[in-house]
Amino acid sequence: MHKEMEWRLNTRVQRESAPFKRNVENYAKLIEELRERMRWATAGGGKRLRSRHLERGKLLVRDRIDLLLDPGSPFLELSPLAGWGLYGNEVPAAGIVTGIGRVSGVSCMVIANDATVKGGSFFHETVRKHVRAQEIAWENRLPCIYLVDCGGAFLPEQDRVFPDYGHFGTTFYHQCRMSADGLPQISAVFGGCTAGGAYIPALSDESIMVDGTARIHLGGPPIVKAAIGEVVDAETLGGAQMHARVSGVTDYLAADEHEALARVREIVAKFNWPKECHVTRQRVRPPLLDSDDLIGIVGTDLKVSFNVRELIWRIADDSSLQEFKPEYGTTLVCGTAHLHGYPVGILANNGVLFSESSVKGAHFIELCNQRRIPLLFLQNITGFMVGTEAERGGIAKHSAKLVYAMATARVPRLTVIIGGSYGAGNYGMCGRGFGPRFLFAWPNSRIATMSPEVATMVLTDLRRSSLKGHADESVVRTIAEDTTRQFETQSDPYYATARLWDDGIIEPAQTRDVLGICLQLAAESTPRFSGPSPVYRM
Amino acid sequence: MFSRVLIANRGEIACRVIRTCRNLGIETVAVYSEADVNSRHVREADHAVMIGPAEAKRSYLAVDAIMKAAASTLADAIHPGYGFLSEKLELIDACVLAGIAFIGPNRDAIARIGSKIESKRIARAAGVRCVPGYDGEDQSEQSLRHEAWKIGVPLLIKASAGGGGKGMKRVDNLEEFGARLDEARREAMAAFGDQKVLLERYILRPRHLEVQLLGDRHGNLVHLFERECSIQRNYQKIIEEAPANHLPARIRDDMFTAALALGRAISYDSTGTVEFVLDADADAPPYFLEMNTRLQVEHPVTEMTTGLDLVEWQIRIAAGESLPFQQAAIRRNGWAIEARINAEDPGAGFKPSIGRILDYAEPVQANGLRIDSGVDAQSEITPHYDSMLAKIIAFGATRKVAKERIARGLKQLRISGLRTNQGLLKDIVGSAQFDETLTTRLLIDRFPDGWQVDPALSIEASSVAAAAWFFMNLPTDPESGPLATLVGFRLTAPSGLVARYPVNVRDPSERIHRDLPIRIEYLEPGTLRCFAGKDAVRIQRNATGLIVVTERSHRAYSVIDLGDDLFDLWSEGECCQRIVLAEGAAPRAVTDRGETTDQVRAELPGVVAEVPVRPGDRVVKGATIVVMEAMKLIHTLTAPRDVVIKKVHVDVGQTVAQGVVLVDYEPALEIPLPAAAS
Repeated sequence: MHKEMEWRLNTRVQRESAPFKRNVENYAKLIEELRERMRWATAGGGKRLRSRHLERGKLLVRDRIDLLLDPGSPFLELSPLAGWGLYGNEVPAAGIVTGIGRVSGVSCMVIANDATVKGGSFFHETVRKHVRAQEIAWENRLPCIYLVDCGGAFLPEQDRVFPDYGHFGTTFYHQCRMSADGLPQISAVFGGCTAGGAYIPALSDESIMVDGTARIHLGGPPIVKAAIGEVVDAETLGGAQMHARVSGVTDYLAADEHEALARVREIVAKFNWPKECHVTRQRVRPPLLDSDDLIGIVGTDLKVSFNVRELIWRIADDSSLQEFKPEYGTTLVCGTAHLHGYPVGILANNGVLFSESSVKGAHFIELCNQRRIPLLFLQNITGFMVGTEAERGGIAKHSAKLVYAMATARVPRLTVIIGGSYGAGNYGMCGRGFGPRFLFAWPNSRIATMSPEVATMVLTDLRRSSLKGHADESVVRTIAEDTTRQFETQSDPYYATARLWDDGIIEPAQTRDVLGICLQLAAESTPRFSGPSPVYRM
Repeated sequence: MFSRVLIANRGEIACRVIRTCRNLGIETVAVYSEADVNSRHVREADHAVMIGPAEAKRSYLAVDAIMKAAASTLADAIHPGYGFLSEKLELIDACVLAGIAFIGPNRDAIARIGSKIESKRIARAAGVRCVPGYDGEDQSEQSLRHEAWKIGVPLLIKASAGGGGKGMKRVDNLEEFGARLDEARREAMAAFGDQKVLLERYILRPRHLEVQLLGDRHGNLVHLFERECSIQRNYQKIIEEAPANHLPARIRDDMFTAALALGRAISYDSTGTVEFVLDADADAPPYFLEMNTRLQVEHPVTEMTTGLDLVEWQIRIAAGESLPFQQAAIRRNGWAIEARINAEDPGAGFKPSIGRILDYAEPVQANGLRIDSGVDAQSEITPHYDSMLAKIIAFGATRKVAKERIARGLKQLRISGLRTNQGLLKDIVGSAQFDETLTTRLLIDRFPDGWQVDPALSIEASSVAAAAWFFMNLPTDPESGPLATLVGFRLTAPSGLVARYPVNVRDPSERIHRDLPIRIEYLEPGTLRCFAGKDAVRIQRNATGLIVVTERSHRAYSVIDLGDDLFDLWSEGECCQRIVLAEGAAPRAVTDRGETTDQVRAELPGVVAEVPVRPGDRVVKGATIVVMEAMKLIHTLTAPRDVVIKKVHVDVGQTVAQGVVLVDYEPALEIPLPAAAS
């Protein structure tokens, strides 16, 4: 009760106020847009292709996942909006569903092709999503289950799918290395696996093929005919029975998809998987304040500031935050809290980053490092402070301390972009480039080097002072318009999530549960500690 | 007055007698068979004595064992209840010999009225009309055939010593008389040890009415008005009421006069019942049917409307007291209805239901509701005895009130783990026919193809089982973290794609297993939506079970997890079981694949009564392969098609468990018809 009084005194949120109501109204539009786009992502390749798929006696990819997971298991889907706005929106979810859920009581990464989307073939974003899921699995020490139903690389895009690091080859590289690192790799094959695709089951620790529909061959019948003149049907060449009984390419023959999925569950049930938890959990207590209010607080206008503690109180267990240095460097709120019972060190922007805020953040990261508390960055940042005073105060070296401490932290790091993510602020607050274990964005967020307004001003000023000579105002106007359009387009969160710059856009009300799952994964994977972890007063 | 009464019975009536003894300050001695060790009557009595094995013949019908128990517990009286030894002279004789009082009428009355043939002679002598028929001593098939021809069809063959529908056969066509006679004699022999039969006119729409008599040993005899017992199944009463509805006063008075005349003719001196049959379609007088020289199952409706405790008066009279009231002082008020709760499946030809009661709860016995029960939680229902578990009796100032109360009682009496007939009883009481003139044809008229559970409710039960399975499979340990406790979490949930789970649900009581696919959708904590095809119901979990919310209603279910994905569901007086098979779960070894195509199995535990086939026999479709006796009823297992018997696994007299293979057969090959002579 005492505590409840405390936050009641602190919260300034007025649900009946005009700005709050306006925020809710505007944000509701963003939520509806997100849900609309999620429906696009979950619809797969459309009605016609879905019914054709079902007519073949095959299950839809999401039905396979529902059947694979334990009844009632959560499923943290990753980057569902990958591919949004690309290829004429014809590759929903980039043709692949990835995510984390429980299978026979073991947390697993599920990587499942959607054969109704372009036959399940791999586009650039498909490969990125596949590789990213493997990265997450590796870092969080999750066994991988591949539900394979794909036709290999999408050939018109082969230059963006095949040759580079992070392309198709990396998926196999990851498979081999994860397996060697003790993370089981299991495949269930539901359709044709030709050429590259053949290696997903072939490089798995154990694989299952569904009789009648699954096929594995390095070269399909047309290639075989072209290469060696042999005429053969696909079933004889690479059918499930042949591979289970003759070649030994697969380990289990399943009569149908249900049996294949049941077999995967059986295999996982007998993993001898360790149950570990490397943090001290507390009893889970929900926040005292309603998460539905988040959208009314944060709003949709990045220029309007708000007290970030109001968000934390609506996400953290019991609305409780042990705030570090509350009187100092106040534009960065630092503090320890619990989320779904797991301890977490939160760094949340509450304005532009000054030198004081930076060193406070660095100090706090060292504390969490010492105490093995995972870090959560709530990003809403235009950047570090500029100007003579800031530079003379050493903002460059002080901000570098924050970046350095964050980058070298030995505890798991999670990032949620709750507003702007601009410039060096993105770096200091653990942007994608710094490899947080998970990075999610809210639908009101923006990510770019700078805001469209600032970029337009910078570029028009540059042109005006350019050595090219006097600029016609119409030219400057064109530059201004182009720059504004470019930055607006590219800083849109859907532009980012379509290109795998994050692990998904989430509704603010989902944040607590998503982070709870991430913190559980962090707590249950082996920590990487070695050597001393000093705490320098800065 | 007696100080200690031994009750030579079990179940509901034993508990009923104990209750009155308690009120009178009399100690009680229960007797029980090995099968009834955990029974309610054993626990409720002051003393209890085991008297023999499960088989009634060696326990509840074993006069020696009962007399030994009475002697060893120093009982000074024996109450026989109904059924078993209640109308057996051996018990009375043994009581006389041992100097123990028998709580019932004098020996002579039982002896004279006990035989159906003799009783009709007494009735005629007393000026009481009987149903046209034959009850002669000449039992030769030839003369029985002749008599049958005289009476005409439809007619009934009944066991002379019988009651309760055993050994009773209907003949609609004189050509089948011989076959029906054989069957009646066989059942009579098995049930009563006497194959003597009588014949009588079969009344197409009969009403079954009876008059309660109460006499003492000082020459007083009164009637306690009539009861209507027309609603029956397989010749056994299931709903009784007092007074009888739509009964002209003239006929009522006729019955009272006849009953008293008959009672006086045999100097009746206890509780007894004179049964009559009335032709609902004819303005004919009531025909005397038989007299029961004992307490009737349906006695409570008389008690509720007269305010008299019949067991109390039975005991007082046996102790020599005389009735302190005259006929004129006896008043009847209000209306009472009784419904018998049987362990049987009314949706499967009243197949007996056997097993353990998993959960038991009686509605509060107030506001005119009374429960006479012989069972409680953990009672074991075995095939050895009658299937009646309890009776619900409702009283009201008017029939309408009594009807409402019994409907509520039928909904509220909770017997989980077994099928009971509560659903059927609810349907009858709620039907329009129940307010018309009742006849024993009510069930057949109302449910010509047999009563069935409402198919929508049956599907709903499957959805509830699926939901129960889902909830019970959820991780319960809060330590298991959000990856377990965030049930059904999906980022896509707000956009409509919630966590789903398909299962198949099976009704284990169906002989041919049909799996009903149910799709479970997780809506929010504690709330699911279950789809059976396109039809969906919302199911919510609450503290005591599950609630199904449809557009029309809220219906609460109590669910018991029996393990191995088997669930017992109870709702509003009806109980069923479902097996939930998870589609995504490991492929299991299914042991119960239902009826195989080449074997006859025991559908119930019981005794093999007859095996009329031998290996090599060719048997036509529908012919008898094995006759079983279980729950005191004969079950005939027939050939599902033309078959040839391969092997017989059992002998006559052998006791077999449910599901045991009795006979192997193979399909009979088509025998070509001989070519027509050219």
